[in-house]
Amino acid sequence: MAIQILMPALSPTMTEGKIARWLKKEGDAVKAGQVIAEIETDKATMEVEAVDEGVLGKILIPAGTENVKVNEPIAMLLEEGEKADALKNAPLPTITKAVASKEEPKADARPALSVVPAAPQPAEIPEEKEYSKYVKLTVRDALRDAMAEEMRRDPNIFLLGEEVAQYQGAYKVSQGLLQEFGDKRVVDSPITEMGFAGLGVGAAFGGLSPIIEFMTMNFAMQAIDQIINSAAKTLYMSGGQMGCPIVFRGPNGAASRVGAQHSQCYASWYAHVPGLKVVAPYDAADAKGLLKTSIRDRNPVIFLEHEMMYGQSFDVPDEEDFTLPIGKAKVMRKGSDVTIVAFSRMVSHALVAAEKLAEQGIQAEVINLRSLRPLDTATIVESVKKTNRLVAVEESWPFAGIGSEIAAQMMEHAFDYLDAPMARVHGADVPLPYAANLEKMALPQVENIVDAVKQVCYRQAA
Amino acid sequence: MAKPQLQPVAANQQAPARSTDLQRYYHDMLLIRRFEEKAGQLYGMGLIGGFCHLYIGQEAVVVGMQAAQKAVDSVITSYRDHGHMLAAGMESRGVMAELTGRIGGYSHGKGGSMHMFSREKNFYGGHGIVGAQVPIGTGLGFAHKYKNDGGVCLTYFGDGAVNQGQVYESFNMAALWKLPVVYVIENNKYSMGTAQARHAAGELYKRGEPYGIPGKKVDGMDVVKVREAAEEALAYARSGKGPMVLEMETYRYRGHSMSDPAKYRTKEEVEEWRGKHDPIDALRAIILEEGVATEESLKEIERKIKDVVADAVEFAQTSPEPDPSELWTDVLIEM
Repeated sequence: MAIQILMPALSPTMTEGKIARWLKKEGDAVKAGQVIAEIETDKATMEVEAVDEGVLGKILIPAGTENVKVNEPIAMLLEEGEKADALKNAPLPTITKAVASKEEPKADARPALSVVPAAPQPAEIPEEKEYSKYVKLTVRDALRDAMAEEMRRDPNIFLLGEEVAQYQGAYKVSQGLLQEFGDKRVVDSPITEMGFAGLGVGAAFGGLSPIIEFMTMNFAMQAIDQIINSAAKTLYMSGGQMGCPIVFRGPNGAASRVGAQHSQCYASWYAHVPGLKVVAPYDAADAKGLLKTSIRDRNPVIFLEHEMMYGQSFDVPDEEDFTLPIGKAKVMRKGSDVTIVAFSRMVSHALVAAEKLAEQGIQAEVINLRSLRPLDTATIVESVKKTNRLVAVEESWPFAGIGSEIAAQMMEHAFDYLDAPMARVHGADVPLPYAANLEKMALPQVENIVDAVKQVCYRQAA
Repeated sequence: MAKPQLQPVAANQQAPARSTDLQRYYHDMLLIRRFEEKAGQLYGMGLIGGFCHLYIGQEAVVVGMQAAQKAVDSVITSYRDHGHMLAAGMESRGVMAELTGRIGGYSHGKGGSMHMFSREKNFYGGHGIVGAQVPIGTGLGFAHKYKNDGGVCLTYFGDGAVNQGQVYESFNMAALWKLPVVYVIENNKYSMGTAQARHAAGELYKRGEPYGIPGKKVDGMDVVKVREAAEEALAYARSGKGPMVLEMETYRYRGHSMSDPAKYRTKEEVEEWRGKHDPIDALRAIILEEGVATEESLKEIERKIKDVVADAVEFAQTSPEPDPSELWTDVLIEM
């Protein structure tokens, strides 16, 4: 059966072109892969290769013809043993244009952009239970205990990062883990962030559960391609086949007097990305309960710690296998007049501000977000329905920050409940300075939160 | 055509085994070639969108490597990946349907040409960022060693990727921790449109030397030579000595991607490779010369391949587009 040779497109946008010349003439034998013609567009010249073997039976479009439409038959190919008169009954092209792609768009195939949930779905996560016994732990030890408990449970979990083993952790978070688990499972990495982040992704694809420690999240910028393009997107790109169970953890945000390159909060960077979960613990209970859950999660989790919190002690539930769910915020302090939303170290500032405000007769409800993706919008909305006023606090820059996202969510889900425009408290929109006075000015302070609350409560700032 | 330069029969190899092997390599290489030619045609008809990097000319590399692998070994490569999938035993239907963006594709149409995977066949993609698969392959090697499963990860990358820093970050860790990885540099002479002499200083197979990683240059147009080098490198990595680098000298006949005018090289150069060094023509001549198979039995292989590819094309056009609900699935694993 004679085969039609069609005018090919050089690119998805090409609609027509010129047959520059024929390199084969009628009657010539043609093999698959042989160049038979050259076509031109205003952008490029390309060769047309035969896909099938046969004899060039007839050239339908002569050389020099311009404006030949893509997919128009340009020649006929006779298969082995065929005579030229087979051309009289030449069939339609063996390959026909796809039908499905030409169908009218279905009603439910609307662009993703217009999809906004009608109302926040309350997360189906039970309220945190009351615990009978607590122990005092530093955030540092809580993180270590979380890793140790999970590593005892599952031999496929390992910790890899700079100085995690013999040095016992640059911030001593991995103290004692080398001694307990050995150097197969607690691995000192060279200073090679992109390399070891990618290696962790590969190990996760290969069936292990890596915990990758960045000495600080600032250095993870060297590795962000592996975190986003490899870890976050592969499950989707593989149609659900290739999950990446990995935790990337390390201190995030401003420490103290270390300058701009070592003092950045990456919460909104990672929270922007579908395919990641982003967790930011505040106290030791958060640190332990959320890290254990993050290690068990089969998705890539960004676990944002805070250097200034490592040495602080908190009550941690003293029970076997204490965990906290990802995606559930915690109301740290009940209040009726205003809601303050914060995460990581800023929860501490918010709680101090709430005490000061109480002295002035303002009862603030303080929400510790714990998780930024997924964000527990329902808990914020429930609080705003009660207080009708909202202040969002974060250490990072304001533009496209977590506070901006919360503002957008409130427009969508709590607009009718707000009695005043929401306020944001955030870091100054500058690279973090070194000088002590400037650094203090650049980072949110308790007073900034107090002032913002007064602003949304229409009280005079102090 | 010049006389093909293929290795003589290895002394210890039984003739029937060699006969079967050579016919299999011929089949596998020709399947890739015919599949890719068809993909190029479908692209020209607008049935395949975006980027489409064809493997035509380089078939001997992946078929020769695959011939030396064990089932436990894993494979990872860049975006010029259709040949690797077919060589790994992935179905031509599923690969072609992914190219046309249909639900029957390996990634349900959500990955495309550069993003296909098969856990079953230990094929770990298909990666679109130049060089990014190298640390990931190193991590797959880490997992083989950690689990002590005897496997090796074959990590493929092109000559264009050899200048990415993460390649050397990977070499360092793989050598330091003696990871079972074979790094296969597919040197097709061009980093997109930039010739090797203009983008890479020194010899590529020596790029692992500072780390103590042995390297070897291999005629990547000769499937038997590739298999022999692969056997050596895989045995080395499997024995616990650490990684090895194989530089495959090969050539891609087609452009970097589909809309490549190929102004950076001459027609004569392409013709020289295609006419005198083609891996499939060379193997075909050897098979006939040695009497390993008859002209008629090779024709039979060719006919079968034609049917397989035609079936894949049919499937890739009739498989429906993904259901709109697919937009929202596979972002996260439900916990």
